[in-house]
Amino acid sequence: MRPEKGARQGPGRERQNIGASRGARHSGLRGYFTLHLSMSIQSLGRLVRSPFATLMTAAVIGIALALPTGLHVLLDNLQRAGGDWDGAAQVSLFLKPHVDEDRALALADRLRQRGDILSVHYISPDQALEEFQSQSGFGEVLESLSQNPLPGVLVLQPRLATDKPDRAEILMTNLERLPEVELAQLDMQWLKRLFAILDTVERGVMIVAILLGVAVLLIVGNTIRLAIENRRDEILITKLIGATNAFIRRPFLYYGIWYGLFGGLLALILVDTSIILLQEPVARLTGLYGSNYRLGLLDLELSATVIGGGILLGLLGSWIAVGRHLSRIEPR
Amino acid sequence: MIRFDNISKRYPGTQDALSQLSFHLHKGEMAFLTGHSGAGKSTFLKLIALLERPSRGQLFIDGQNLTRVPRRKIPYVRRQMGIIFQDHRLLFDRTVFDNVALPLIISGYARQDIERRVRASLDMVGLLGKETQFPITLSGGEQQRVGIARAIVHKPSLLLADEPTGNLDPALSWEIMGLFEQFNQVGVSVLIASHDLDMISRLPYRVLKLKQGHLVGDGYPRGTRP
Repeated sequence: MRPEKGARQGPGRERQNIGASRGARHSGLRGYFTLHLSMSIQSLGRLVRSPFATLMTAAVIGIALALPTGLHVLLDNLQRAGGDWDGAAQVSLFLKPHVDEDRALALADRLRQRGDILSVHYISPDQALEEFQSQSGFGEVLESLSQNPLPGVLVLQPRLATDKPDRAEILMTNLERLPEVELAQLDMQWLKRLFAILDTVERGVMIVAILLGVAVLLIVGNTIRLAIENRRDEILITKLIGATNAFIRRPFLYYGIWYGLFGGLLALILVDTSIILLQEPVARLTGLYGSNYRLGLLDLELSATVIGGGILLGLLGSWIAVGRHLSRIEPR
Repeated sequence: MIRFDNISKRYPGTQDALSQLSFHLHKGEMAFLTGHSGAGKSTFLKLIALLERPSRGQLFIDGQNLTRVPRRKIPYVRRQMGIIFQDHRLLFDRTVFDNVALPLIISGYARQDIERRVRASLDMVGLLGKETQFPITLSGGEQQRVGIARAIVHKPSLLLADEPTGNLDPALSWEIMGLFEQFNQVGVSVLIASHDLDMISRLPYRVLKLKQGHLVGDGYPRGTRP
């Protein structure tokens, strides 16, 4: 055979060889799935055969996933509980100086009739002064004044829907138009502060989640690196007898998927167990605030996110490890 | 089947491991490759298995120019041949059956097909009935036969063997050699690197002799061929 001829035949020949033996093999989509199914079960089998090591890795991943999940659940509950407490919003009506106690109480009665006001509480100038003296630290200065400078105050609890903030505004302008009223002040400061704090904490939880996600990548990556090292001989031999890189890569990618799945399941167990442990004391705590708010277990969507996230991180971690370490193992 | 066309191989910082080598192993031919250690036998086989690339020259297997095969196509070239190693290179955490089935699994054969072919292959090397054993429980000769069964299970048209009888006593060596002759008789091309000159001289096959990277002999043992 002349060399030029052989050279020209090369690629065609190869294709023919590959095609010729394909008849006996898995073909089509079904074959592909069968192959992957048996591959995934095989790698699961390997993991199960060393249960302690597998459990350790899964536990580390589980804890790393459980931490941000748990914080998220806590935050979510706080936000929802905070949303229930629109009763905490107060309106202070500062009355004009000439409005005496009788007029103030009459106004209070009128206000109680309104549908958008839950309760009205009157604080007389004397009461206000007493409170101010005891709390502000200006006691001596106030004593030196000949007259009480404080006005009477009506403290209202509006019935506010959190989803309709403009209704509060309308209420406020209505109240300010009352002839007895000098100034109406909506006091939601502490609630606003709570939400500001929650926003900050939420950002913090996100940062923690990202860091722990990277940690999961590193854990899976390192575990897979060790698995590759352990099976070095096997990789060399399979490469020698014609395994493609995709074939060698596959079981390790499945390791990553399994680790991620186990880690995710473990995280769910950890978080749900913690919630169950917290439910009773939390119910007692919210009971003290006159609420019957209860901590809920993880819903389906969040559970799916945790497991899906675990699987994704596991796959990504093993992908990185495989990409870095597998190409270095070449038969010589 | 195998054609070397002015092949040279030089490792960085050394002199040529092989220099300007040309030879042609025909389809269905069986040949021995001899020479002292360091003569270039291993490099010779590594070039064919695409474990190394030649520095110069052209290398053809079954008409296919190996010097032009891209990296990602290398596995498909290796599947066309069966390779037998001196140290067997078996997977010791898998059964005999799984070891022999490996080339078929790699190529994605169907399960029923795999069972049938593995059994046929084990039958050929006389190990039928040992499928479920682990290689560690087998003798050296049996391990080598597992290695041979693995090399032939996918019915390659070319068998390469690197010192296949290196660690075996003469009786076992002859037995193994008998197997290679059997495969050759059904049309498989066989190339065996060996320094067992005593055995080679008593067999009627072509002998290629390497010395310091040069082909210094290519012929048949005296009295074995007209």
